[in-house]
This record gives sequence, structure tokens and C-alpha cells, in this order.
Amino acid sequence: MENNIFELQYAMDTFYFLVCGALVMWMAAGFAMLEAGLVRAKNTTEILLKNVSLYAVASMMYLIVGYHLMYDGGLFLSGITTVAEMDDTAVAAILDASKEAGFGDMGEYAGASDFFFQVVFVATAMSIVSGAVAERMKLWAFLAFAVVMTGFIYPMEGSWTWNGDSVFGLYSLNYSDYAGSGIVHMAGAAAALAGVLLLGPRKGKYGADGSIRAIPGANLPLATLGTFILWLGWFGFNGGSTLKLGGIGVANEVANVFLNTNAAAAGGLIAALIVARLLFGKADLTMALNGALAGLVAITAEPADPSPLLATIIGAIGGAIVVFSILGLDKVKIDDPVGAISVHGVVGLWGIFAVLLSDADATFVGQLVGAATIFVWVFGVSLIVWGILKAVMGIRVTEEQEYEGVDQSECGMEAYPEFLPGGSS
Amino acid sequence: MKLITAIVKPFKLDDVREALSDIGVQGITVTEVKGFGRQKGHTELYRGAEYVVDFLPKVKIEIAVADGVVDQTIEAITKAANTGKIGDGKVFVSPMEQVIRIRTGETGEDAI
Repeated sequence: MENNIFELQYAMDTFYFLVCGALVMWMAAGFAMLEAGLVRAKNTTEILLKNVSLYAVASMMYLIVGYHLMYDGGLFLSGITTVAEMDDTAVAAILDASKEAGFGDMGEYAGASDFFFQVVFVATAMSIVSGAVAERMKLWAFLAFAVVMTGFIYPMEGSWTWNGDSVFGLYSLNYSDYAGSGIVHMAGAAAALAGVLLLGPRKGKYGADGSIRAIPGANLPLATLGTFILWLGWFGFNGGSTLKLGGIGVANEVANVFLNTNAAAAGGLIAALIVARLLFGKADLTMALNGALAGLVAITAEPADPSPLLATIIGAIGGAIVVFSILGLDKVKIDDPVGAISVHGVVGLWGIFAVLLSDADATFVGQLVGAATIFVWVFGVSLIVWGILKAVMGIRVTEEQEYEGVDQSECGMEAYPEFLPGGSS
Repeated sequence: MKLITAIVKPFKLDDVREALSDIGVQGITVTEVKGFGRQKGHTELYRGAEYVVDFLPKVKIEIAVADGVVDQTIEAITKAANTGKIGDGKVFVSPMEQVIRIRTGETGEDAI
């Protein structure tokens, strides 16, 4: 009987991991729709292709080498138990370990489910990059960067943080980041920032006189759908990061994570909506969408401990920050079509320090050193990789290609061919 | 025979179409167009940056009519499309040399 309960706990925790992983996988669809909505119609096919390809590249690279670098899972996942290896002896060993631990903090779950949950996070980090460099970057340069980012840059900083490895044997971090405000979101934004700095703004975004020109996105319904999908997927992102469901205490923690995640997103949206209304005199949909995502990023580093009110406030501060950050980046001519650097980077940093509001174990210095380590590593290596790509193959399409749209130059295919002369009738 | 070309506000299209049906007009051609007149454009706001929309959406209606009903047609359009506000559009009347119905080969007023 006792064995049956432990088997059930193992099954439940594994199942929970897998379902949460599937929810996070769906965030790739959210990013794809959000970005497709916020670019111009002539760049739609290419941004969709980037999003779907980077997901596949991330899945491959993390399987081949990333999971090994981050969690010592073996090259080509050689460390993960196969179906044949899970024989009676192996089952008995897990049961013994479960009995010893009882219904403790650590989850007992299938190794493959751990990989599946981790791999979708890598894809999320990479998705952040595609939006920031949209409408002007070469497709193949982007995918080449995705190989390095998902196979090396992200797994390295992940091993120092979530796996607790020392940083090149120099020092160890005392850094708390529940689901990855810094490890996933700020890391993605740091890679994006390095790319944008070497890439430059879209043609026509900034006037010679220093004016900032609007380049409206083609499809706001898609951008809204994408935001809703991300909001949904985030329940898996934060909820799954509890790493376990079995047990009354843990189940309560999971429920609080869901509650706080939703509250922070709502707070972020409302704050961004109000701040944008006060600044511009109009209700700005895309700022409100960014506000919801900012709320989600802000609560990601500690979604369990805050009270619902505190979670709402953390999200709302994120939503307010994101509006000012987007305007500020435009002032210094850092062109980010979807606001990814603001949402994931600037607000990610806020999320890292918001941990201090509710987690007594986290320290300011610990969070600061962790954030600095992640940023310096990801930004520095990304800058080198983007720089090499720029020198070897070029990272930006020609001015004429940019004018015609990267759908034509990179894909040879418009997203809406029926609006074109010569399209099918 | 005359070709009447009217530029009207898009939301007035249904009213114009009904008014033309009422006076017996048998066919019109409608195109979505953009342009500017005295109404000029307007400014919109995207992520905090203002931008000017120079060309406003309008609907272009083309109607071929016999000389006898030109005034009646113009009156129907101007009445139906009038809101009294700037940007109501214009009606152009131009001579039309020939009309041919493709199916039957009829020409002139018989083909209208």
C-alpha cells in the first residue's frame, strides 16, 4: 500500500511536469503571434519562420549538449533513463529513495520529464531575441546565433544558477530565481540587446533630427492573441517551477503560484494602461499587452511567497516600468519592435530584486551578483558571437531588401499573397 | 452618356447604393480608395509616437448613365452621402464615348 502511494506520487509529479512543460511549449506560439502582430505585414512570414525554427533549434541543441552542460544529463541525453533501463530493480531503488525522503520538498519524477520541462525554457529565452531584432536581421544569421545561445550561452548560466555549479571554479552564486526572471527572461533580453546594438535600428525609425517615428504593427488582434497565449503558458512556466505537485504543502504552493502569476499579470496590464493613458492621452493597446507580460516577468523570480496583494503590486510596478523603459530605449535609439528588451530585460531585473520583498533567505548582494553574472556572461558572449556573425556572413539585410520586406528577400513568400499584384485571385 | 465617378465616405456606401437603386440605376462599380482633400489626414498614436495618416480611406463609385438621368443620379448621390461635415467627398461627371455589353455585343445606351 505504501509503495502504491509513492508510485502514485511519482506518477503525479511526472504528469504535472509534463503538462506544465506542454503549457510552456505553447508559449512559443504566443511569442510567434505577438511578434507577427507587431511587425509590418511584409515581414510576417519571416518572423513566423524564425519563431518556429528557433523552437526546433533550441530543442535540438539542448538535447545534444545543452542539458549536459546545465544539469550533467549526458551528451545526447545519455544520462536519462530509457524505458528498458526502468526495470524492477530501478523501480525498487526509486521507491526506497522516496520512502527515505517521505513527502519531502524534492519531487521524484521521470528524468525525461525533467528534460522536457527544461528544454521549453531554453526556447522561451531564444524567442525573446527574435522580436527585438525583427524586420531587419538575416534569417540564417539569427538561426546561427540560436545554435550558440541554446547550446552554450544559456546552459552555462543555467548551470551556475539552477544547478548550483561554481562560475568557472571562481565563485558560487547565492542567487534566488524561482522560474527565471533573470535566468530565462533577462538572459534572453541581454542576448537581444547585444544583437540590436550591432544591428542598428530599422530604417526610418529615427529621423535625422532625432525624432522617433512610429512603425505600427500590422495585426493587433494577433498581438493580443499572442499575449493571451503567453499569459496561459506562464501558468506552466511558474507553476511547473515548483517541480512537484504531490503533498498538501506543495499543492498549496502551486495554487499560490498560479494565483500570484495571474494577479501580477493583471496588475501589470492595468498599470501600463493607466500610465500610457496619462502620458499619451490615449489608451494604448500594445503598451497594455506589454504591461501584462511585464507583470508576468516581474513575478517569475518569486511567484510563491508573496501575498496576492504584494504579487499584484510587483506586477503593477513591472507594468509601469515597461512603459518608461520602452520610451527610454527609443530615446537612445535602441529599436526594439516588440518591446522585448524592456519587458524581459528591464522588468526581469526588477523581478530579481522583487524577490527580496517576500523571500527572507534571499540577500541583496546575492541577487545583485547573480544578476550581474548572468548579464555580463550572456551580453558579453552574445556580443562576441553576433560580432563574428556580422564579420563572416553579415547580420543585416540590404536597405533594398528591408524596404521590400524580408518575407521576399529571405523567404520568397509573402504572408498574405492575395494582396499582391500577380497573386492568386 | 456620362460616366459619374463619386468619392464618398465609406460608411455612406449603403445609403448611396439604396438611393441609386431607388431611381433605377442598374449597376455600379465600387472601389476602396485612399486620398486626401481639404479634410487632410489625421494623427494617430503608436507606442507613444505620433504619426500622420496622410491618406484617408474613401469609397469610389463609378456609374455609367444615359444623358437623361444624369441630374437625377447626381442628386441621389449628393443627398445620400451628405453629412454636412468636411470630407464628404465629390462627384465627377465626364463624357463617355461608348459602352459595350460583353455578353450580347449591345452598344450605346442599350448596353447601360
